[in-house]
Amino acid sequence: MLFRQKWRMAINRSAEAMTIFAVFMAGMFPLIHMGRLWVGYWVLPLPNEFGSLWVNFNSPLLWDVFAISTYLSVSFVFWYIGLIPDFATIRDRAKSPVAIKAYSLMSFGWSGRAKHWNRFEIVTLVLAGLATPLVFSVHSIVSFDFATSVIPGWHTTIFPPYFVAGAVFSGFAMVQTLMLVLRKAMHLENYIHTKHIEYMNIVIMTTGSMVGVAYLTELFMSWYSGVEYEAYAFLNRATGPYWWAYAFMMTFNVVSPQLMWFKKLRRSLLFTFFISIVVNTGMWFERFVIIVTSIHQDYLPSSWSMFYPTWVDIGVYVGTIGLFFMFYMAYVRYFPVLAIAEVKTILKSSGESYKNGSAELNSGSDDGVLTNNKNN
Amino acid sequence: MADRVIYAMYDDDDVIKTAAKKLVADGIHITDVFSPFPIHGIDPIIGVKHTRMGNVAFLFGLFGLGLALFGMRYFMIVDWPMNIGGKPNFSLMENLPSFIPVAFEFTVLFAAHGMAITYLLRNKTLPGMPADNPYPRTTDDRFVMEILLSDNPSFTAEEIQAKVKQTDIVQVEEKEFKKIK
Repeated sequence: MLFRQKWRMAINRSAEAMTIFAVFMAGMFPLIHMGRLWVGYWVLPLPNEFGSLWVNFNSPLLWDVFAISTYLSVSFVFWYIGLIPDFATIRDRAKSPVAIKAYSLMSFGWSGRAKHWNRFEIVTLVLAGLATPLVFSVHSIVSFDFATSVIPGWHTTIFPPYFVAGAVFSGFAMVQTLMLVLRKAMHLENYIHTKHIEYMNIVIMTTGSMVGVAYLTELFMSWYSGVEYEAYAFLNRATGPYWWAYAFMMTFNVVSPQLMWFKKLRRSLLFTFFISIVVNTGMWFERFVIIVTSIHQDYLPSSWSMFYPTWVDIGVYVGTIGLFFMFYMAYVRYFPVLAIAEVKTILKSSGESYKNGSAELNSGSDDGVLTNNKNN
Repeated sequence: MADRVIYAMYDDDDVIKTAAKKLVADGIHITDVFSPFPIHGIDPIIGVKHTRMGNVAFLFGLFGLGLALFGMRYFMIVDWPMNIGGKPNFSLMENLPSFIPVAFEFTVLFAAHGMAITYLLRNKTLPGMPADNPYPRTTDDRFVMEILLSDNPSFTAEEIQAKVKQTDIVQVEEKEFKKIK
Protein backbone atom coordinates (compact mmCIF):
# COMPACT_ATOMS: atom_id res chain seq x y z
CA MET A 1 0.00 0.00 0.00
CA LEU A 2 0.89 3.62 -0.30
CA PHE A 3 1.92 4.29 3.25
CA ARG A 4 4.74 2.79 5.23
CA GLN A 5 3.36 3.40 8.66
CA LYS A 6 2.64 1.05 11.46
CA TRP A 7 -1.09 1.57 11.45
CA ARG A 8 -1.25 0.09 7.98
CA MET A 9 -0.59 -3.37 9.41
CA ALA A 10 -4.16 -3.61 10.63
CA ILE A 11 -5.55 -3.30 7.15
CA ASN A 12 -2.92 -3.90 4.48
CA ARG A 13 -3.47 -7.63 3.91
CA SER A 14 -7.20 -7.26 3.37
CA ALA A 15 -6.85 -4.06 1.37
CA GLU A 16 -4.43 -5.79 -0.99
CA ALA A 17 -6.80 -8.75 -1.30
CA MET A 18 -9.65 -6.41 -2.19
CA THR A 19 -7.44 -4.67 -4.75
CA ILE A 20 -6.55 -7.92 -6.45
CA PHE A 21 -10.10 -9.25 -6.53
CA ALA A 22 -11.41 -5.91 -7.74
CA VAL A 23 -8.82 -5.78 -10.54
CA PHE A 24 -9.95 -9.27 -11.62
CA MET A 25 -13.45 -7.88 -12.00
CA ALA A 26 -12.27 -4.66 -13.62
CA GLY A 27 -10.20 -6.63 -16.11
CA MET A 28 -13.25 -8.58 -17.21
CA PHE A 29 -15.05 -5.55 -18.64
CA PRO A 30 -12.52 -4.64 -21.35
CA LEU A 31 -12.42 -8.34 -22.27
CA ILE A 32 -16.22 -8.44 -22.58
CA HIS A 33 -16.19 -5.23 -24.60
CA MET A 34 -13.70 -6.67 -27.04
CA GLY A 35 -16.60 -8.71 -28.36
CA ARG A 36 -14.48 -11.66 -29.38
CA LEU A 37 -13.09 -12.93 -26.10
CA TRP A 38 -11.29 -15.84 -27.66
CA VAL A 39 -8.93 -13.52 -29.52
CA GLY A 40 -8.24 -11.43 -26.44
CA TYR A 41 -4.56 -12.33 -26.67
CA TRP A 42 -4.35 -10.10 -29.76
CA VAL A 43 -3.74 -7.20 -27.39
CA LEU A 44 -0.23 -8.56 -26.86
CA PRO A 45 2.57 -7.91 -29.34
CA LEU A 46 2.79 -11.48 -30.66
CA PRO A 47 4.19 -12.54 -34.02
CA ASN A 48 1.27 -13.21 -36.35
CA GLU A 49 0.37 -14.07 -39.91
CA PHE A 50 -1.14 -10.68 -40.82
CA GLY A 51 2.20 -9.55 -42.22
CA SER A 52 3.51 -9.21 -38.69
CA LEU A 53 1.09 -6.45 -37.80
CA TRP A 54 1.96 -5.18 -34.35
CA VAL A 55 -0.20 -3.59 -31.69
CA ASN A 56 -0.01 0.18 -31.51
CA PHE A 57 2.31 1.33 -28.75
CA ASN A 58 1.18 4.92 -29.27
CA SER A 59 -2.30 4.09 -28.01
CA PRO A 60 -3.38 4.63 -24.40
CA LEU A 61 -5.57 1.55 -24.76
CA LEU A 62 -2.44 -0.55 -25.19
CA TRP A 63 -0.71 1.27 -22.34
CA ASP A 64 -3.68 0.23 -20.27
CA VAL A 65 -3.16 -3.42 -21.19
CA PHE A 66 0.38 -3.23 -19.83
CA ALA A 67 -0.55 -1.06 -16.85
CA ILE A 68 -3.38 -3.28 -15.63
CA SER A 69 -1.57 -6.55 -16.16
CA THR A 70 1.55 -5.24 -14.41
CA TYR A 71 -0.51 -3.81 -11.57
CA LEU A 72 -2.46 -7.03 -11.10
CA SER A 73 0.52 -9.37 -11.23
CA VAL A 74 2.83 -7.23 -9.10
CA SER A 75 0.11 -6.67 -6.48
CA PHE A 76 -0.51 -10.39 -6.42
CA VAL A 77 3.19 -11.20 -5.94
CA PHE A 78 3.51 -8.58 -3.19
CA TRP A 79 0.48 -9.99 -1.43
CA TYR A 80 1.61 -13.59 -1.76
CA ILE A 81 5.21 -13.01 -0.64
CA GLY A 82 3.77 -11.52 2.54
CA LEU A 83 1.38 -14.43 2.92
CA ILE A 84 4.04 -17.18 2.75
CA PRO A 85 5.33 -16.88 6.37
CA ASP A 86 1.76 -16.58 7.65
CA PHE A 87 0.73 -19.71 5.79
CA ALA A 88 3.71 -21.42 7.45
CA THR A 89 2.39 -20.33 10.85
CA ILE A 90 -1.01 -21.82 10.08
CA ARG A 91 0.63 -24.96 8.65
CA ASP A 92 2.47 -25.59 11.91
CA ARG A 93 -0.65 -25.06 13.99
CA ALA A 94 -3.11 -26.92 11.80
CA LYS A 95 -4.63 -30.12 13.15
CA SER A 96 -6.47 -31.70 10.23
CA PRO A 97 -4.33 -33.54 7.66
CA VAL A 98 -6.05 -31.78 4.77
CA ALA A 99 -5.27 -28.37 6.23
CA ILE A 100 -1.65 -29.36 6.91
CA LYS A 101 -1.26 -30.52 3.32
CA ALA A 102 -2.95 -27.47 1.83
CA TYR A 103 -1.05 -24.93 3.92
CA SER A 104 2.26 -26.81 3.38
CA LEU A 105 1.73 -26.42 -0.33
CA MET A 106 0.76 -22.76 -0.03
CA SER A 107 3.58 -21.88 2.38
CA PHE A 108 6.18 -23.16 -0.12
CA GLY A 109 8.16 -24.81 2.70
CA TRP A 110 8.89 -21.58 4.57
CA SER A 111 11.00 -22.22 7.67
CA GLY A 112 11.85 -18.76 8.98
CA ARG A 113 15.65 -18.86 8.77
CA ALA A 114 17.50 -15.65 9.62
CA LYS A 115 18.82 -15.27 6.06
CA HIS A 116 15.33 -15.75 4.64
CA TRP A 117 13.88 -13.08 6.92
CA ASN A 118 16.72 -10.78 5.93
CA ARG A 119 15.77 -11.26 2.26
CA PHE A 120 12.07 -11.07 3.09
CA GLU A 121 12.42 -7.60 4.54
CA ILE A 122 14.26 -6.19 1.55
CA VAL A 123 12.02 -7.94 -0.96
CA THR A 124 8.82 -6.65 0.64
CA LEU A 125 10.32 -3.18 0.95
CA VAL A 126 11.32 -3.09 -2.73
CA LEU A 127 7.96 -4.52 -3.81
CA ALA A 128 6.16 -1.86 -1.75
CA GLY A 129 8.37 0.76 -3.36
CA LEU A 130 7.54 -0.59 -6.82
CA ALA A 131 3.83 -0.94 -6.08
CA THR A 132 3.44 2.66 -4.96
CA PRO A 133 4.28 4.30 -8.31
CA LEU A 134 2.24 1.53 -9.93
CA VAL A 135 -0.86 2.77 -8.13
CA PHE A 136 -0.27 6.21 -9.61
CA SER A 137 0.60 4.91 -13.05
CA VAL A 138 -2.34 2.53 -13.40
CA HIS A 139 -4.94 5.18 -12.57
CA SER A 140 -3.16 7.82 -14.66
CA ILE A 141 -3.07 5.50 -17.64
CA VAL A 142 -6.73 4.55 -17.24
CA SER A 143 -7.51 8.26 -17.28
CA PHE A 144 -5.40 8.66 -20.47
CA ASP A 145 -7.94 6.40 -22.19
CA PHE A 146 -10.41 9.21 -21.66
CA ALA A 147 -8.16 12.25 -21.68
CA THR A 148 -6.48 11.57 -25.03
CA SER A 149 -9.82 11.22 -26.80
CA VAL A 150 -11.55 14.25 -28.31
CA ILE A 151 -14.88 13.82 -26.54
CA PRO A 152 -15.96 16.97 -24.69
CA GLY A 153 -15.94 16.26 -20.97
CA TRP A 154 -13.13 13.74 -21.32
CA HIS A 155 -10.48 15.79 -23.08
CA THR A 156 -8.93 17.36 -19.97
CA THR A 157 -5.43 17.39 -18.53
CA ILE A 158 -6.68 17.18 -14.95
CA PHE A 159 -7.78 13.58 -15.39
CA PRO A 160 -4.66 11.71 -14.16
CA PRO A 161 -4.40 13.27 -10.67
CA TYR A 162 -8.18 13.39 -10.45
CA PHE A 163 -8.44 9.64 -11.11
CA VAL A 164 -5.63 8.85 -8.66
CA ALA A 165 -7.34 10.85 -5.90
CA GLY A 166 -10.67 9.25 -6.80
CA ALA A 167 -9.12 5.79 -6.63
CA VAL A 168 -7.63 6.33 -3.18
CA PHE A 169 -10.92 7.87 -2.07
CA SER A 170 -13.14 5.03 -3.25
CA GLY A 171 -10.51 2.43 -2.30
CA PHE A 172 -10.52 3.53 1.32
CA ALA A 173 -14.30 3.71 1.36
CA MET A 174 -14.44 0.12 0.15
CA VAL A 175 -11.88 -0.91 2.78
CA GLN A 176 -14.04 0.76 5.45
CA THR A 177 -17.20 -1.00 4.27
CA LEU A 178 -15.62 -4.44 4.24
CA MET A 179 -13.29 -4.06 7.23
CA LEU A 180 -16.01 -2.87 9.58
CA VAL A 181 -18.00 -6.02 8.81
CA LEU A 182 -14.87 -8.20 9.01
CA ARG A 183 -13.83 -6.65 12.32
CA LYS A 184 -17.22 -7.39 13.82
CA ALA A 185 -17.60 -10.86 12.34
CA MET A 186 -14.11 -12.10 13.19
CA HIS A 187 -13.71 -10.19 16.48
CA LEU A 188 -10.66 -8.25 15.34
CA GLU A 189 -11.36 -5.33 17.69
CA ASN A 190 -7.94 -5.81 19.30
CA TYR A 191 -6.20 -5.32 15.97
CA ILE A 192 -8.37 -2.83 14.13
CA HIS A 193 -8.93 0.00 16.54
CA THR A 194 -11.21 2.99 16.34
CA LYS A 195 -7.93 4.84 15.75
CA HIS A 196 -7.37 2.95 12.49
CA ILE A 197 -10.93 3.66 11.38
CA GLU A 198 -10.40 7.31 12.23
CA TYR A 199 -7.16 7.52 10.23
CA MET A 200 -8.87 5.99 7.24
CA ASN A 201 -11.70 8.49 7.60
CA ILE A 202 -9.18 11.31 7.53
CA VAL A 203 -7.76 9.90 4.29
CA ILE A 204 -11.29 9.70 2.89
CA MET A 205 -11.93 13.28 3.92
CA THR A 206 -8.68 14.53 2.36
CA THR A 207 -9.02 12.68 -0.93
CA GLY A 208 -12.72 13.55 -1.04
CA SER A 209 -11.75 17.21 -0.88
CA MET A 210 -9.20 16.65 -3.64
CA VAL A 211 -11.88 15.07 -5.79
CA GLY A 212 -14.13 18.04 -4.99
CA VAL A 213 -11.44 20.47 -6.12
CA ALA A 214 -11.05 18.44 -9.33
CA TYR A 215 -14.81 18.66 -10.04
CA LEU A 216 -14.80 22.41 -9.53
CA THR A 217 -11.64 22.87 -11.61
CA GLU A 218 -13.28 20.94 -14.43
CA LEU A 219 -16.31 23.18 -14.27
CA PHE A 220 -14.20 26.33 -14.19
CA MET A 221 -11.98 25.19 -17.05
CA SER A 222 -14.92 24.28 -19.25
CA TRP A 223 -15.95 27.92 -19.09
CA TYR A 224 -12.48 29.47 -18.99
CA SER A 225 -11.15 27.45 -21.95
CA GLY A 226 -13.74 29.10 -24.19
CA VAL A 227 -14.39 25.85 -26.02
CA GLU A 228 -18.13 25.83 -26.54
CA TYR A 229 -18.40 22.02 -26.84
CA GLU A 230 -16.58 21.65 -23.55
CA ALA A 231 -18.76 24.30 -21.92
CA TYR A 232 -21.90 22.63 -23.22
CA ALA A 233 -20.78 19.20 -22.00
CA PHE A 234 -20.55 20.47 -18.45
CA LEU A 235 -23.71 22.55 -18.63
CA ASN A 236 -25.46 19.44 -19.87
CA ARG A 237 -23.99 17.35 -17.05
CA ALA A 238 -25.22 19.68 -14.35
CA THR A 239 -28.56 20.76 -15.79
CA GLY A 240 -29.32 18.32 -18.61
CA PRO A 241 -31.38 15.14 -18.49
CA TYR A 242 -28.81 13.53 -16.20
CA TRP A 243 -28.75 16.36 -13.64
CA TRP A 244 -29.77 13.89 -10.94
CA ALA A 245 -26.66 11.75 -11.48
CA TYR A 246 -24.50 14.88 -11.25
CA ALA A 247 -26.30 15.98 -8.09
CA PHE A 248 -25.80 12.57 -6.48
CA MET A 249 -22.13 12.61 -7.43
CA MET A 250 -21.56 16.07 -5.97
CA THR A 251 -23.46 15.40 -2.74
CA PHE A 252 -22.06 11.94 -2.08
CA ASN A 253 -18.44 12.57 -3.03
CA VAL A 254 -17.85 16.18 -2.11
CA VAL A 255 -20.28 17.05 0.67
CA SER A 256 -20.55 13.80 2.63
CA PRO A 257 -16.82 13.30 3.38
CA GLN A 258 -16.70 16.85 4.79
CA LEU A 259 -18.74 15.57 7.74
CA MET A 260 -15.57 13.73 8.80
CA TRP A 261 -14.21 17.03 10.11
CA PHE A 262 -16.28 16.31 13.22
CA LYS A 263 -14.25 14.10 15.52
CA LYS A 264 -17.34 12.52 16.99
CA LEU A 265 -18.63 11.47 13.58
CA ARG A 266 -15.34 10.10 12.27
CA ARG A 267 -14.92 7.98 15.40
CA SER A 268 -18.42 6.56 15.12
CA LEU A 269 -18.34 3.15 13.50
CA LEU A 270 -21.97 3.18 12.41
CA PHE A 271 -21.62 6.59 10.81
CA THR A 272 -18.36 5.52 9.11
CA PHE A 273 -20.10 2.50 7.65
CA PHE A 274 -22.94 4.67 6.40
CA ILE A 275 -20.59 7.23 4.81
CA SER A 276 -18.49 4.50 3.22
CA ILE A 277 -21.59 3.15 1.47
CA VAL A 278 -22.53 6.69 0.41
CA VAL A 279 -19.02 7.28 -0.99
CA ASN A 280 -19.05 3.98 -2.88
CA THR A 281 -22.37 4.93 -4.44
CA GLY A 282 -21.08 8.42 -5.18
CA MET A 283 -18.03 7.05 -6.95
CA TRP A 284 -20.25 4.82 -9.05
CA PHE A 285 -22.20 7.94 -10.04
CA GLU A 286 -18.91 9.68 -10.89
CA ARG A 287 -18.09 7.02 -13.49
CA PHE A 288 -21.68 7.14 -14.72
CA VAL A 289 -21.52 10.92 -15.10
CA ILE A 290 -18.13 10.87 -16.85
CA ILE A 291 -19.05 8.15 -19.30
CA VAL A 292 -22.77 8.45 -19.97
CA THR A 293 -23.30 12.21 -19.94
CA SER A 294 -20.25 12.81 -22.12
CA ILE A 295 -21.35 10.53 -24.92
CA HIS A 296 -25.13 10.61 -24.84
CA GLN A 297 -24.99 14.05 -26.47
CA ASP A 298 -21.91 14.79 -28.55
CA TYR A 299 -21.21 16.68 -31.75
CA LEU A 300 -24.15 15.37 -33.79
CA PRO A 301 -27.53 16.35 -32.36
CA SER A 302 -29.13 13.77 -34.66
CA SER A 303 -27.54 11.01 -32.62
CA TRP A 304 -28.41 12.40 -29.22
CA SER A 305 -30.15 9.84 -27.07
CA MET A 306 -30.60 8.56 -23.56
CA PHE A 307 -28.83 5.55 -22.09
CA TYR A 308 -31.01 2.76 -20.76
CA PRO A 309 -29.19 -0.27 -19.40
CA THR A 310 -30.51 -3.63 -20.53
CA TRP A 311 -30.97 -6.57 -18.19
CA VAL A 312 -27.71 -7.94 -19.58
CA ASP A 313 -25.85 -4.77 -18.56
CA ILE A 314 -27.28 -4.87 -15.06
CA GLY A 315 -26.79 -8.63 -14.82
CA VAL A 316 -23.11 -8.44 -15.75
CA TYR A 317 -22.55 -5.68 -13.23
CA VAL A 318 -24.34 -7.49 -10.40
CA GLY A 319 -22.52 -10.66 -11.42
CA THR A 320 -19.09 -9.07 -10.97
CA ILE A 321 -20.10 -7.87 -7.51
CA GLY A 322 -21.14 -11.43 -6.69
CA LEU A 323 -17.90 -12.85 -8.03
CA PHE A 324 -15.89 -10.30 -6.06
CA PHE A 325 -17.62 -11.31 -2.86
CA MET A 326 -17.11 -14.97 -3.63
CA PHE A 327 -13.34 -14.41 -3.84
CA TYR A 328 -13.40 -12.14 -0.83
CA MET A 329 -15.38 -14.57 1.34
CA ALA A 330 -13.08 -17.43 0.34
CA TYR A 331 -10.10 -15.26 1.28
CA VAL A 332 -11.59 -14.35 4.65
CA ARG A 333 -12.37 -17.98 5.36
CA TYR A 334 -9.02 -19.56 4.49
CA PHE A 335 -6.35 -16.84 4.48
CA PRO A 336 -4.86 -14.92 7.40
CA VAL A 337 -6.67 -11.58 7.19
CA LEU A 338 -4.01 -9.84 9.26
CA ALA A 339 -0.31 -9.83 8.40
CA ILE A 340 0.58 -12.07 11.35
CA ALA A 341 4.37 -11.90 11.14
CA GLU A 342 4.30 -8.14 10.62
CA VAL A 343 1.98 -7.59 13.56
CA LYS A 344 4.31 -9.64 15.76
CA THR A 345 7.23 -7.33 14.98
CA ILE A 346 5.40 -4.34 16.43
CA LEU A 347 3.85 -6.23 19.32
CA LYS A 348 6.37 -4.84 21.78
CA SER A 349 6.39 -1.26 20.56
CA SER A 350 2.62 -1.05 20.21
CA GLY A 351 1.61 -3.54 22.87
CA GLU A 352 1.26 -0.73 25.38
CA SER A 353 -1.43 0.87 23.31
CA TYR A 354 -3.59 -2.17 23.81
CA LYS A 355 -4.12 -0.92 27.32
CA ASN A 356 -4.73 2.75 26.70
CA GLY A 357 -6.01 2.35 23.13
CA SER A 358 -9.32 3.76 22.22
CA ALA A 359 -10.93 0.54 21.05
CA GLU A 360 -12.98 -1.43 23.49
CA LEU A 361 -11.18 -4.60 24.41
CA ASN A 362 -13.17 -7.80 24.50
CA SER A 363 -11.54 -10.30 26.75
CA GLY A 364 -10.82 -13.55 24.97
CA SER A 365 -11.53 -12.26 21.51
CA ASP A 366 -9.32 -14.79 19.77
CA ASP A 367 -10.82 -16.17 16.62
CA GLY A 368 -10.39 -19.41 14.74
CA VAL A 369 -7.88 -18.29 12.16
CA LEU A 370 -5.41 -16.23 14.12
CA THR A 371 -5.09 -17.38 17.65
CA ASN A 372 -1.44 -16.85 18.12
CA ASN A 373 -0.58 -13.19 18.15
CA LYS A 374 -1.00 -11.79 21.56
CA ASN A 375 -0.02 -14.29 24.17
CA ASN A 376 3.65 -14.61 23.36
CA MET B 1 30.45 -39.21 10.18
CA ALA B 2 26.88 -38.16 10.76
CA ASP B 3 26.68 -34.60 11.94
CA ARG B 4 24.94 -33.69 15.18
CA VAL B 5 23.13 -30.50 16.00
CA ILE B 6 22.10 -28.61 19.13
CA TYR B 7 18.82 -26.73 19.13
CA ALA B 8 18.41 -24.05 21.81
CA MET B 9 14.92 -22.65 22.19
CA TYR B 10 14.03 -19.18 23.51
CA ASP B 11 10.71 -17.43 23.97
CA ASP B 12 11.63 -13.82 23.26
CA ASP B 13 13.40 -12.07 20.42
CA ASP B 14 15.45 -9.78 22.66
CA VAL B 15 16.54 -12.69 24.86
CA ILE B 16 17.75 -14.74 21.89
CA LYS B 17 19.68 -11.71 20.64
CA THR B 18 21.46 -11.27 23.97
CA ALA B 19 22.14 -15.00 24.13
CA ALA B 20 23.51 -15.07 20.59
CA LYS B 21 25.83 -12.17 21.39
CA LYS B 22 27.15 -14.01 24.46
CA LEU B 23 27.66 -17.34 22.67
CA VAL B 24 29.41 -15.72 19.72
CA ALA B 25 31.68 -13.86 22.14
CA ASP B 26 32.55 -17.27 23.61
CA GLY B 27 33.65 -18.42 20.16
CA ILE B 28 30.63 -20.53 19.22
CA HIS B 29 29.48 -20.39 15.63
CA ILE B 30 25.69 -20.23 15.40
CA THR B 31 24.66 -21.89 12.17
CA ASP B 32 21.18 -20.42 11.90
CA VAL B 33 18.25 -18.94 13.79
CA PHE B 34 14.61 -19.84 13.20
CA SER B 35 12.05 -17.24 14.18
CA PRO B 36 8.37 -16.44 13.57
CA PHE B 37 9.21 -12.90 12.43
CA PRO B 38 12.35 -10.96 11.48
CA ILE B 39 14.52 -10.26 14.54
CA HIS B 40 16.06 -6.88 13.86
CA GLY B 41 19.77 -6.84 14.58
CA ILE B 42 20.37 -10.62 14.76
CA ASP B 43 22.04 -10.80 11.33
CA PRO B 44 25.38 -9.12 12.14
CA ILE B 45 25.61 -11.09 15.41
CA ILE B 46 25.38 -14.51 13.80
CA GLY B 47 27.23 -13.43 10.68
CA VAL B 48 24.43 -13.31 8.10
CA LYS B 49 25.49 -10.99 5.31
CA HIS B 50 23.09 -8.36 4.07
CA THR B 51 21.01 -9.59 1.15
CA ARG B 52 21.68 -8.46 -2.41
CA MET B 53 18.03 -8.77 -3.46
CA GLY B 54 17.84 -5.02 -4.00
CA ASN B 55 20.57 -5.23 -6.64
CA VAL B 56 18.73 -8.15 -8.24
CA ALA B 57 15.62 -5.99 -8.55
CA PHE B 58 17.63 -3.14 -10.06
CA LEU B 59 19.27 -5.36 -12.67
CA PHE B 60 15.99 -7.00 -13.65
CA GLY B 61 14.40 -3.54 -13.87
CA LEU B 62 17.18 -2.36 -16.15
CA PHE B 63 16.72 -5.44 -18.31
CA GLY B 64 12.96 -4.82 -18.51
CA LEU B 65 13.50 -1.21 -19.51
CA GLY B 66 15.97 -2.23 -22.21
CA LEU B 67 13.70 -4.95 -23.51
CA ALA B 68 10.70 -2.58 -23.67
CA LEU B 69 12.63 0.09 -25.58
CA PHE B 70 14.22 -2.44 -27.90
CA GLY B 71 10.87 -4.13 -28.58
CA MET B 72 8.95 -0.92 -29.19
CA ARG B 73 11.67 0.38 -31.49
CA TYR B 74 11.46 -2.83 -33.49
CA PHE B 75 7.64 -2.99 -33.64
CA MET B 76 6.87 0.68 -34.22
CA ILE B 77 9.93 2.10 -35.99
CA VAL B 78 11.72 -0.69 -37.85
CA ASP B 79 9.34 -3.50 -38.71
CA TRP B 80 5.99 -1.83 -39.38
CA PRO B 81 5.89 1.96 -38.94
CA MET B 82 2.31 3.20 -38.62
CA ASN B 83 1.20 6.71 -39.37
CA ILE B 84 -0.92 7.67 -36.40
CA GLY B 85 -2.36 11.16 -36.76
CA GLY B 86 0.80 12.21 -38.56
CA LYS B 87 2.83 12.03 -35.35
CA PRO B 88 6.58 11.80 -35.98
CA ASN B 89 7.81 8.23 -35.73
CA PHE B 90 10.97 8.13 -37.81
CA SER B 91 13.22 7.35 -34.87
CA LEU B 92 12.98 6.05 -31.35
CA MET B 93 13.73 9.50 -29.92
CA GLU B 94 10.91 11.17 -31.85
CA ASN B 95 8.39 8.60 -30.73
CA LEU B 96 9.73 8.25 -27.18
CA PRO B 97 7.03 10.25 -25.33
CA SER B 98 4.44 7.66 -26.35
CA PHE B 99 6.70 4.86 -25.21
CA ILE B 100 7.26 6.09 -21.65
CA PRO B 101 4.22 4.41 -20.04
CA VAL B 102 4.96 0.94 -21.41
CA ALA B 103 8.70 1.34 -20.71
CA PHE B 104 7.86 2.18 -17.08
CA GLU B 105 5.42 -0.71 -16.71
CA PHE B 106 7.92 -3.17 -18.17
CA THR B 107 10.67 -1.95 -15.83
CA VAL B 108 8.44 -2.51 -12.82
CA LEU B 109 7.11 -5.82 -14.14
CA PHE B 110 10.58 -7.26 -14.61
CA ALA B 111 12.03 -5.82 -11.41
CA ALA B 112 9.18 -7.18 -9.28
CA HIS B 113 8.84 -10.61 -10.84
CA GLY B 114 12.57 -11.12 -11.39
CA MET B 115 13.28 -10.31 -7.77
CA ALA B 116 10.37 -12.40 -6.45
CA ILE B 117 11.42 -15.45 -8.47
CA THR B 118 15.07 -15.09 -7.46
CA TYR B 119 13.95 -14.73 -3.85
CA LEU B 120 11.87 -17.91 -3.96
CA LEU B 121 14.63 -19.88 -5.68
CA ARG B 122 17.40 -18.71 -3.34
CA ASN B 123 15.25 -19.43 -0.29
CA LYS B 124 14.30 -22.81 -1.72
CA THR B 125 10.72 -21.88 -1.00
CA LEU B 126 8.69 -23.22 -3.89
CA PRO B 127 5.35 -25.00 -4.14
CA GLY B 128 5.74 -28.52 -2.78
CA MET B 129 9.03 -27.90 -0.96
CA PRO B 130 9.23 -29.40 2.53
CA ALA B 131 9.68 -27.10 5.50
CA ASP B 132 12.79 -27.65 7.62
CA ASN B 133 12.13 -25.68 10.79
CA PRO B 134 13.06 -28.01 13.68
CA TYR B 135 9.97 -27.31 15.80
CA PRO B 136 6.52 -26.27 14.63
CA ARG B 137 6.41 -23.51 17.23
CA THR B 138 9.23 -21.57 15.55
CA THR B 139 6.64 -20.14 13.17
CA ASP B 140 4.45 -19.19 16.11
CA ASP B 141 6.10 -17.82 19.25
CA ARG B 142 9.43 -19.63 19.74
CA PHE B 143 12.93 -18.71 18.59
CA VAL B 144 15.45 -21.48 17.98
CA MET B 145 19.22 -21.42 17.49
CA GLU B 146 20.74 -24.12 15.36
CA ILE B 147 24.34 -24.96 16.32
CA LEU B 148 25.98 -27.58 14.13
CA LEU B 149 28.79 -29.49 15.77
CA SER B 150 30.72 -29.62 12.50
CA ASP B 151 30.76 -25.81 12.52
CA ASN B 152 32.33 -25.84 15.99
CA PRO B 153 35.21 -28.31 15.85
CA SER B 154 36.97 -26.73 18.83
CA PHE B 155 34.15 -27.53 21.26
CA THR B 156 32.57 -30.80 22.35
CA ALA B 157 28.80 -31.17 22.46
CA GLU B 158 28.88 -31.05 26.26
CA GLU B 159 30.84 -27.80 26.28
CA ILE B 160 28.40 -26.13 23.90
CA GLN B 161 25.41 -27.40 25.87
CA ALA B 162 26.91 -26.06 29.07
CA LYS B 163 27.42 -22.65 27.51
CA VAL B 164 23.93 -22.61 26.02
CA LYS B 165 22.42 -23.52 29.37
CA GLN B 166 23.96 -20.40 30.90
CA THR B 167 21.70 -18.29 28.69
CA ASP B 168 18.01 -17.76 29.28
CA ILE B 169 16.74 -20.82 27.41
CA VAL B 170 13.39 -22.58 27.44
CA GLN B 171 14.71 -25.88 26.18
CA VAL B 172 17.86 -27.40 24.68
CA GLU B 173 18.10 -30.55 22.61
CA GLU B 174 20.86 -32.41 20.79
CA LYS B 175 20.06 -34.66 17.90
CA GLU B 176 21.18 -36.20 14.63
CA PHE B 177 21.34 -33.57 11.89
CA LYS B 178 19.17 -34.36 8.90
CA LYS B 179 19.50 -32.17 5.85
CA ILE B 180 16.00 -31.76 4.43
CA LYS B 181 16.79 -29.41 1.61
